[in-house]
Amino acid sequence: MFSRREFLKNTIKGAAGLALPLTALELITPEMILALKQDSAKTRWVFLIDTYKCVGCGFCVKACKTENEIPYDANVTRTWVERYVVTKDGRLYADSPKGARDGFTTNKIDLGLGNYKDIKKEEINKAFFVPKLCNQCENPPCVQVCPVGATYQTADGVVLVDRKWCIGCGYCIMACPYGVRFFHPVYNTAEKCNFCYHRISKGMKTACVEACPFGARKIGNIKDPNDPVTVTILTERVSVLKSEYGTKPQVYYIGLSEEVR
Amino acid sequence: MVHGEIWTLKELFVTPNEYIYWSIQIVMYPFMTGLVAGAFVLSSLYHVFGVKQLKEMARFALVFSFALLFAAPMPIILHLQHPLRGINVIMTSHFTSAIAAFGIVFFSYGAIVASELWFLYRKHFVEIALPLKEKQDKNLLEWMKYLVFCALTLGVYDISEESLKKDEKAIKVLAGVGIPVACFLHGYAGFIFGSVKANALWMTPLMPVIFIMSAIVSGIALCMLTYIATMEIRKFLASRRKAQSPFYQSKEEIKSVEINVIKMTAKYLLLFMIFAISLELLDLIFRGYTAVKSWDVLRSVIYGKDFASIFILQYGIGNLLPFILFLLPNLTLRRAVIGVLLVLFGVFMMRWNVVIGGQAFSLTFAGYMHYQLPIIPHDWETFKEGLGGAVGIFVMPFVLFWLISKIFPVFSNTESH
Repeated sequence: MFSRREFLKNTIKGAAGLALPLTALELITPEMILALKQDSAKTRWVFLIDTYKCVGCGFCVKACKTENEIPYDANVTRTWVERYVVTKDGRLYADSPKGARDGFTTNKIDLGLGNYKDIKKEEINKAFFVPKLCNQCENPPCVQVCPVGATYQTADGVVLVDRKWCIGCGYCIMACPYGVRFFHPVYNTAEKCNFCYHRISKGMKTACVEACPFGARKIGNIKDPNDPVTVTILTERVSVLKSEYGTKPQVYYIGLSEEVR
Repeated sequence: MVHGEIWTLKELFVTPNEYIYWSIQIVMYPFMTGLVAGAFVLSSLYHVFGVKQLKEMARFALVFSFALLFAAPMPIILHLQHPLRGINVIMTSHFTSAIAAFGIVFFSYGAIVASELWFLYRKHFVEIALPLKEKQDKNLLEWMKYLVFCALTLGVYDISEESLKKDEKAIKVLAGVGIPVACFLHGYAGFIFGSVKANALWMTPLMPVIFIMSAIVSGIALCMLTYIATMEIRKFLASRRKAQSPFYQSKEEIKSVEINVIKMTAKYLLLFMIFAISLELLDLIFRGYTAVKSWDVLRSVIYGKDFASIFILQYGIGNLLPFILFLLPNLTLRRAVIGVLLVLFGVFMMRWNVVIGGQAFSLTFAGYMHYQLPIIPHDWETFKEGLGGAVGIFVMPFVLFWLISKIFPVFSNTESH
């Protein structure tokens, strides 16, 4: 017969002995299974914008609003175009009326509060347009600060928002250094550009890329060495916006100027 | 209409999606949690550090802190675009977010305050429940009272000298644990702002510490104010009761206790005010001295657009003036009331200047946004995120305090605890 002491001793020994081979087993999370199945590491979506080609027509903004059902007249937009004008006296003027939905049809710069500044052509040193959209950061601060995990990064790098789970606290809007987030006027949840995820995941291009008449916007897969976008990013001089925030933005620009904010 | 558009005015270069998304309720949120934390720290000064002069105030501050605790999450609920989903923060906490800690911090703090209150009032519950138990023909009201207090005793009826000693020990431990938790409750509210790297005004590691210090200041000020108010009511009642029975305290007795408590508390108020203001000025000087990229726009906001609300309303009327009022010799009750009202106003303005001031400039550093507080509401949104909502939140803890003090009496008429 076992004494109680002996029984306990043997139990501990047995448990320890059994536990040893168990350490060889690995805990598998659903994400790991998904990653193995889809091999999504083959794709990382990036964007390339050639600011030299942009003329500020606003077709991209129109197309985006229609494609992604952002109310047309609401003063928010997933993508927009900014106009920069530097005058000979060194002053910088910039605006983006209605996100440039209707293009830039006048020389007058919108100063806000109902004021406009008419700049004569001979006063201008340089002027250019800069399209903006979500940078789908590699280290997205918006995902970090969401208290409920309603915004998340997909394996191919795009940051998405779950409209069914977002509580509407606005922390992600505050955390984004690029101002790409806003509250959807209908759903009242956080909203942002998602590179038209419903389109790119089916092999199509984004609505803004399709709509751009000058090829200023391009979407590509940085993990595919033969993708023309990848070739440009790897072989030419490109830059990103606000790298100082450490967010590792993935929208690359050709011809970005110091004035661009 | 886009959320935020109605109260935001844009000037110069502001990107299309930028609005003042965090409005008055986010000003109220750190203000209210600050009051909670401050009131608790004040009560702990007696229980943990044995500051005898604060005995009278300690019990009062603890009950008030409990009342404030229920009001603290209300601004967030009113601010959320989907308030019914607020529970998701606890259901699927995403712990890389500062807000996700809310459920844990709030409930652990609530548990500490509730259990400390229970140990403090256990004797009182038993003393009410036992005679009612004996009583044969209870009417409906007495039945209800009996059931409530019976439940509150949690089945423990031992109020011997020995067990009360143990209670005191438990209170001391709970108050001791409560101080860091209260500081954490508010420090993390500061962290919510201080960790937003996209916001040039908010991002500083000093933010949580500044928030804690000003929280204690506001908590002490509110306790003083409410204490004086309740004492005035007691004085009024005492002058009526004294005529009936000589055993009650007289008006003069109450008054002498009152002014002593206030003088003592005012000293602590001044101490924490010095900490708070030093840290705020350090932050300001440091920003100006290092003058990084964002300083140009910050300077134009701090010394230009928001000059009046920062230097006149917050530092002048909210800090300097009450500072002088408390430092002048022979503090009177009237001067104390004016002082604490100004201090409360000053702390509120500090929250305002952080929350609204942090959104007063664009991410482009080349444009400004002006906030217009909705005063007359024309729909639910402009009510809850307007003057009405803010006043409602501020009044709430006083109503709760009145209700809670029915169960936890903060003053006793004949004997002092």
